[in-house]
Amino acid sequence: MNADAIVTFVAAIAGGALRVGAPFLFVSLGECLTEKSGRINLGLEGVLVFSAMAGFGGSYWSGSPWVGVLAAACAGASLAFLHGVLCSLPRVNDVATGIALMLLGLGLAFYLGKPLIQPQAAQIPSISLGDWSDSAAVRSALQINALVPVGLVIAVFLWWAFANTRWGLLVRMAGDSSSAARALGYSVPGIRIAATAAGGMIAGLGGACLTLFYPGSWSEGVSSGQGLIAVALVIFARWSPLRCVLAALMFGGAGAVGPALQSIGIGWGYHLFNIVPYVLTLVILVATCRPGKTATGAPGELGAPS
Amino acid sequence: MSIRYTRRDSLKSLAALGAAAASPLAFAQKPLTIGVIYVGPRDDYGYNQAQAEAAALVKKMPGMKVVEEENVPETAAVQKTMTGMIAQDGATLLFPTSFGYFDPHMLVVAQKYPDIRFAHCGGMWTEGKHPKNTASYFGYIDECQYLNGVIAGHMSKSKKLGFIAAKPIPQVLRNINAFTMGARSVDPKIVTTVIFTGDWSMPVKEAEATNSLADQGVDVFTMHVDSPKVIVETAAKRGKMVCGYHASQAKLAPQAYLTGAEWNWLTAYMTFIDAAKAGKPHPNFVRGGLKEGFVKMSPYGPAVGDAAKKMADGIKAQMVADKFDLFKGPLKDNKGATVIAAGKTFKQTDIELEKMNYLVEGVVGSAS
Amino acid sequence: MIVLLPAFAIAAALLVFGVIVAFAGVSPVDVWTLLFKGAFGDWYSWQNTLQRSAPLMLTALCVALPAQAGLVIIGGEGALVLGGLGCAAFAQLVPLPANIVGTVMVCIAGAMAGAAWIALAGALRQWRGINETISSLLLAYIAIGLFKHLVEGVLRDPASLNKPSTHALPDGMLISGIGGSDVHWGFVIGVVACILFALWLRWTPSGFSLRVVGGNPRTAQLVGLPATKLVLLACALGGACAGTAGAIEVAAVHTNANASLVAGYGYAGILVAFIARQQPIAIVPVAILFGGFGAAGSLLQRRLGLPDASVLLLQGIAFVFILASEALRGTDWLAFWRKVFGIEVAA
Repeated sequence: MNADAIVTFVAAIAGGALRVGAPFLFVSLGECLTEKSGRINLGLEGVLVFSAMAGFGGSYWSGSPWVGVLAAACAGASLAFLHGVLCSLPRVNDVATGIALMLLGLGLAFYLGKPLIQPQAAQIPSISLGDWSDSAAVRSALQINALVPVGLVIAVFLWWAFANTRWGLLVRMAGDSSSAARALGYSVPGIRIAATAAGGMIAGLGGACLTLFYPGSWSEGVSSGQGLIAVALVIFARWSPLRCVLAALMFGGAGAVGPALQSIGIGWGYHLFNIVPYVLTLVILVATCRPGKTATGAPGELGAPS
Repeated sequence: MSIRYTRRDSLKSLAALGAAAASPLAFAQKPLTIGVIYVGPRDDYGYNQAQAEAAALVKKMPGMKVVEEENVPETAAVQKTMTGMIAQDGATLLFPTSFGYFDPHMLVVAQKYPDIRFAHCGGMWTEGKHPKNTASYFGYIDECQYLNGVIAGHMSKSKKLGFIAAKPIPQVLRNINAFTMGARSVDPKIVTTVIFTGDWSMPVKEAEATNSLADQGVDVFTMHVDSPKVIVETAAKRGKMVCGYHASQAKLAPQAYLTGAEWNWLTAYMTFIDAAKAGKPHPNFVRGGLKEGFVKMSPYGPAVGDAAKKMADGIKAQMVADKFDLFKGPLKDNKGATVIAAGKTFKQTDIELEKMNYLVEGVVGSAS
Repeated sequence: MIVLLPAFAIAAALLVFGVIVAFAGVSPVDVWTLLFKGAFGDWYSWQNTLQRSAPLMLTALCVALPAQAGLVIIGGEGALVLGGLGCAAFAQLVPLPANIVGTVMVCIAGAMAGAAWIALAGALRQWRGINETISSLLLAYIAIGLFKHLVEGVLRDPASLNKPSTHALPDGMLISGIGGSDVHWGFVIGVVACILFALWLRWTPSGFSLRVVGGNPRTAQLVGLPATKLVLLACALGGACAGTAGAIEVAAVHTNANASLVAGYGYAGILVAFIARQQPIAIVPVAILFGGFGAAGSLLQRRLGLPDASVLLLQGIAFVFILASEALRGTDWLAFWRKVFGIEVAA
C-alpha cells in the first residue's frame, strides 16, 4: 500500500468516526447526564428512533432542518420525561421501564413515520474542515455535521457544570447519595426527572443527526442498537462527558473499519468487523474494572431501587 | 408439471364449463382473493415496493381482492400469516415474496392446504421435490444489470465502479458479474469494487460503504440491497452517479440517476392469476427476462450520453430477440480460475446459473 | 389484586390505543374486536398465540432466574442464537440417531451453549465486577456477529445457496406439532420449565439459597452461602433456558440455523420477565399475552390496513401502563373509595 492509499484508508476510518460517531456522541452525553443523577435509561433506543422520526418529519413539513432539530429535541425530551416520571413511582423498576419505553418509542416512531419513508427532507448543513487537503477522501472525511460542534460545546459545558455549578452538584448528589440531597431539602425524584428529560433532549439531537445528516433518510432500520450501546459507552467513558466524546469517536471509527477494509479488497469476516466496537468495550471493561468497585466514578445510587 | 385430476378438479371443470356455456358473457364470478406477504415495508423504494406496485395494479382489476401483510419476519410468523390469509380471509393464491419464506415455511403450509396455490419469489421449485401447488417465479434482472454496467462503463471517468450488496448469494453474485461484464464490454480496464454489508437492510452500513467507495475514487454506484434509497442519496451527496435497482429511485436524485434495473412483477403475477382464474394447473417454474417483460429498465437520466444510450439500446434489442448471451466461455473469475470453459454458453434459463458462486475478473472482492 | 391491576392497565391501554387509531380513521370497536379475535377468537388464533408464546417463556426465564440471584441479565438474545447454532452444529458434526434421542441431545447441546454464554456474564461480574446488564448486552451483540459469521462461513450448507444456513436437521430429529396442531412441543417444554423452576425456587434448599443471595446479600454473606457458585448457577440455568429456546426454534420451526433465528425473542423475553415480576409461574400467562398481541397484529394489518407498527405501539402503551400500575399495588382501596365518597369510617 502506498502512502496515498494509507491516507485514504485512515481518512475513511476518521470520516466514519465523525459520521457514525455523531449520534453516539449525543446519546452518550444524554445518558451520562441521566446516569449521573442516579437513573439508568435503557429506553434511549426508543428515544433515539422517535426523535429521529420527529426530526425528519419536522424538517420535511417545515422545509427547514433546524425546525426538525427542534422537533427532535422536544420529542426526545418528552419521551425521556415519561421515563423519568414512571421510574419515580414506587416499585417501578428502571430497567423494565426502559425496555417498555423502547418498545413505545419504536412503536410510535414506526406508526407515525409510515408516511415519511418515501420523501426526502431538508438536511442539516455540513461544515467542511478539510478544504486544506488535496485528497478527496480527506476532504469528505472532514465534512462534519453542523450539530457536532454543538455536541462538543454540550460536552464541555456538562463537564464544567458538574464540577462548578449548583445544578451540577445537585445532579451529582442525587446520583451519589440521595439521602444527602434529601437532607438538604431537595426533591431527589424531581432532580432525576429533570436530568432524565434533559438527557433525552440531548439524545434527541442524536436522532436528528441520523435522519437529517447521516444516513439522512428515515427508515425503520435507521438505528442499529445505538441507544442501547450508549449505556455501555457511558460506562466505558466512566461517566465523564469529555471521555464520552472520545468513546463516541472510537465506536464510530470501529464501525467504519469493516466497510473501509472491504473497499480496499479485504473482504473476509465482515460480520466479525461489525462487532469490533462491542468486543473492544468488553475488553476495556475487563481490563479496567475490579470487583467491589463496579467502576471508578460510578454514581453510587445507580441501580439501587428508587 | 403433470396434471393430477381429483374428483374435486373434475367437478370444478364441469362447473366452469357449465357456467361458461350458460352465459356467453362471464358475469361477475366470485372474486379471486390473493394474499401478498412482504418482509419489509411496502414503500421502501426497493424490493418490497416493486412487489407492492404489482399488487396495487392487481387490486384495481375487477373481480380481484388483495390482502397484504408487511414486515413479516422469516420465522413461524409467516406460516401463521399464510394460514390466516387462507383460513380467515379466504385467499386461494398466495405470494410470499421474501426468499427466506420458501423453505420450510411455505412448503409446510402448502402441504397442509393442497388446494391453495403458492407462488414464491426467488425460490427454486424442483420437480419431484416440491409440492405441485407451489411455484417459484423470478426475473433475469441480471440482463438489466448488464445494461446498467454498459451505461456506467460509458459514464465513469475514474473507471472505478462500486457495488454495494447485502450477502454473497448466487442471485447477488450474478448481478455483480453481469454489471461488471457490461462495463468491461465498454472498457476492459474497468474495475468493480464490492462491499457486502451483511444483511438486506442496514442503512448506516450502506451509507458507510458508499462513502468508503467514494473515498477510493469510485464514481458510479449500483447495489443489491432491499432499499437502495440510502445508497442513492449518499452517492448523490458525494457528487457521484448511480444506477438504480428494484424500482426507480430517479425521484431521489434526478441528476445523479443514470438508469436502473427494475422489476415488472405484474407480468409474473398475471401468469399465476390467469392460470388460477381459468382453472388451469399452477405454473410451477416461472422465469423471464427483458424479452418476457418480467424486468425493465428505468428511463435514462439527464447525465447519460448519446453513445452510451445507443450501445445499451442496441444490446437490449438483441436480448429481446434472444440473440445475446451474457454468460459464455471463456470466462475467468477474479482469482484466475476459468469458470466457464471456452465454447460453452449458458442460456439465461440454465439452472447452473442459479448456483453461481464466483465473482468474475474485474471485481475486487470475495464471494465467500 | 395481582391480576386486577394489570387487567385494568391493559384495559386502559386498549382505550388509549382505540383513541389513537380513531385519528387514523379506523373504528376503535373494530380494532378491539379484531384484537380479541386475532388472539383468542378461534382455535386458529389460539394456535397462533400459543405458538408465539413458546420461545418467550424460555427467554423470560433467562432473565427471571438470574434476577432471583439479584442480577439483571438482558443478553438472552445472544444465548438463544448460540443455542440454535449449537444445536445445528452438533447435529452436523456428531452422528446422532434421527429420533427423539437425537432431538433431546441437540437440545442439550443448545442449552449448554446458551448456559456457557450467560455464565460468562455472571463470571465477569463475580471476578471483575463488571455490571452484568452491560456485559450481557455486549455479549449478545458479539454472539449475533459470531453466529452470522459461522453460519455464512464454516458451518454453511453448500446447498443453501440464496439463504445461508447450516445443514438441515434430519427429519426424525425435528419437533412436531402437538397432536397434529400448529403448536409445537416447545410450548409444553416452556410451560414445564416454568413450573419446574417455580417449584425449585420455592421448595428446594438450593432454590431458597438463591433467593436469599438475591434478596438479601448481607444475610447470605453472614450465613456463609456460596454466593459466587449460586450466581453462576442462576446464570447458567437462565442461559440454558434461552439456549434451549434457540435449539427448539431450529428443531421445530426452521430445521436449520440461519439469520432468521435473530428475531428479537430475547428482548421480548426481558419484558415478559419484568411484567411477571420475575416469577416463573407468572411468566406463562404473560408470555401468552405477548403471543396474543403478536397474533392479533397480523389480523389488524390484513383487515383494517393498519401499519404493522400498530401492535408494537399497543404493546408499548400496554407495558408502560402495566409497569406504572405496579405503583398502585398495595393501596388500601377500601379506605380510598371511602374517602372519595365521604363515607365515615366506623369508629
